[in-house]
Amino acid sequence: MNKIIKYVLYDIIRNKIVVAYTLFLLLLSIGLFNLGSSPDKGLLSLLNLVLLTVPLISIVFATTHFYNSYEFMELLVSQPIKRSKIFMSEYLGVTLSLSAAILIGIGIPVLLFAPGATGLYLVLTGVFITFIFVALAFLASVITRDKAKGIGIALLLWFYFALIYDGIVLFILYSFGDYPLEYATLALTALNPVDLGRIMVLLNLDVSALMGYTGALYKSIFGSMWGIGLSFGVMVLWVFIPLLSSRRVFQKRDL
Amino acid sequence: MKNLSKYLVVWSACALVWLLGSPVALGDTLKVCNTCEYHSVKEAVRQAKAGDVVLVDGGVYLESGIEITRPISLIGRNNPVIDGRNSGQIITIKSSNVKLEGFTIQNVAVSYMRDDAAIRVADRENIQILNNTVLNTYFGIYLQNADNSVVKGNVVKGENTGKIESSLGNAIHVWRTDGAEISNNKVEGHRDGIYFEYVTNSRVHSNISERNNRYGLHFMFSDGNVYTHNTFSKNGAGVAVMYTRNVRMEHNTFEDNWGAAAYGLLLKDISQSVILNNTFRRNTTGIYMESSSRLDITSNDFDRNGWAIRLLSSCIQDTFRLNNFTGNSFDVSTNGSPTMNLFENNYWDKYSGYDLDKDKIGDVPYRPVSLYSMLVERVPPSVMFMRSFMVDLMDSIERVLPSFIPESLVDDRPQMKKINHDSDRKLVQNLR
Repeated sequence: MNKIIKYVLYDIIRNKIVVAYTLFLLLLSIGLFNLGSSPDKGLLSLLNLVLLTVPLISIVFATTHFYNSYEFMELLVSQPIKRSKIFMSEYLGVTLSLSAAILIGIGIPVLLFAPGATGLYLVLTGVFITFIFVALAFLASVITRDKAKGIGIALLLWFYFALIYDGIVLFILYSFGDYPLEYATLALTALNPVDLGRIMVLLNLDVSALMGYTGALYKSIFGSMWGIGLSFGVMVLWVFIPLLSSRRVFQKRDL
Repeated sequence: MKNLSKYLVVWSACALVWLLGSPVALGDTLKVCNTCEYHSVKEAVRQAKAGDVVLVDGGVYLESGIEITRPISLIGRNNPVIDGRNSGQIITIKSSNVKLEGFTIQNVAVSYMRDDAAIRVADRENIQILNNTVLNTYFGIYLQNADNSVVKGNVVKGENTGKIESSLGNAIHVWRTDGAEISNNKVEGHRDGIYFEYVTNSRVHSNISERNNRYGLHFMFSDGNVYTHNTFSKNGAGVAVMYTRNVRMEHNTFEDNWGAAAYGLLLKDISQSVILNNTFRRNTTGIYMESSSRLDITSNDFDRNGWAIRLLSSCIQDTFRLNNFTGNSFDVSTNGSPTMNLFENNYWDKYSGYDLDKDKIGDVPYRPVSLYSMLVERVPPSVMFMRSFMVDLMDSIERVLPSFIPESLVDDRPQMKKINHDSDRKLVQNLR
């Protein structure tokens, strides 16, 4: 398995997209930290960009990579190697390279300009989102053999998590505005890893004072070890559910 | 003739004696120090007659319960310290025309029944409390029914770390007083920095009120007061003023009142008042307005607040002119559609209109209320979607094609450039 991961990683690094991605994040982070008056502001702007670009790039890159390495996978399948091993190696190869890009591109500037728990949460959120969206991308790619369709599904997924979902939840909140919705909102945000990550970082910033009662409630929940554990647990679930289901599909289907 | 000249001599001698003796007739000076006639402030004050000066030299006096019952001046030289050792109220002024100056007064314990203060004035007029330092007390300076009194240049500092609101008193507490002057004081670490109740026609200027547990300034039912050049910062809940009219607030700074329940300035049932040339910086809410009418809010700076203005729908006929709004998360938010409020000639940094005729006024109206801020007012939990991409998109669309946000809340003549009205702030302060 290690050998396959090594080959996948080598392949990814050779086509230089990940290097470009790392440089892009690095420039973005350093630029934002230098632009903003305080490190808190830099973190806030960085958060917005991370939550928008990291899922998009992860999902598009992973989908195209999956389709591009179809021949390589077919070759491996002809060898006495388990399919799940091939699949997991591909997954780890992609996620590890993209996570490394985040650790270097965001982690180092954060460490330099705004070290602390909030920065750590931001980097962790970025890494988790990479893992989650690569898993979702693989799910989209195993559903269909058609590359265009696969990328279409992947983009739709990104669109759903980054935009549509928030719209739906806001609509629900608006429609049921007469009811106490604090816990319902909490449950609804847990159903979207992007929201979960955003809230976890926001609650650690000054902005949380604007969030009034709901913010205070969330802070008491997310502030405890139990709450942090739970939210990271939900994140892990978000990684494993699409990953395991796509592995299942990959193992059974006719390549 | 001889009789007459004798009469004249006696008469002039009398006049001379009277002239020489006049300072003596104004009062004696009673000195208090370790080697003086008096060793205790209390004893000297008790012996002093009307018009006397009690001069206290430097040193520590472990006393409390000093009662001033005659119009005297109690003056401290070389910073004498009166330490109450938590044994009750320290100085009680029960006479008009008393002057108290230059002391450090410290240690008054919490007393829920008596509201013990370092200095209390009860039902007397023309009191001057100048340049004292009050440390670690329950209430600091407490004026009740003390018309025309002056509290100037004092420092009132409490210990509020780890204490809750109800176990703290106010730094300067004024009740039912007319024509007071509170100026150049520095108050911190109490429940309320400056507390007014039924105080009328008074002036509060150049004070610094910070790090108080509740409000930096708190007044109720206090009409006709003027507040200028004060700084209210880092207070637990900012400044709250209620049930009052004819107030002028000018050149004050409200800053760093940051927290879930903090306001730069909370106005409740305030009417016919003027809020001019103030700075609101980094507050959760710059101005929160409820049931406030006929206010003139002009030439203020709102910088980096969460909400610059929260205008509840119960507010009518308020005018907002020539204000600068920069770096606020929300410029204006409301919970309904307040009527007859006027926004005019303000500068909004989020304004993206144009000025074709170059008259420095934008040609397109600006709507300071964003769709999302309205949503947050109506459904508080939706605040968790702050900074979500969807929200930004929604706001942008709504700004281009407004359909939900209140029609009445609009600035038809937004300024293109930031209005410069604090450049001569220092100068104004000196001129006054």
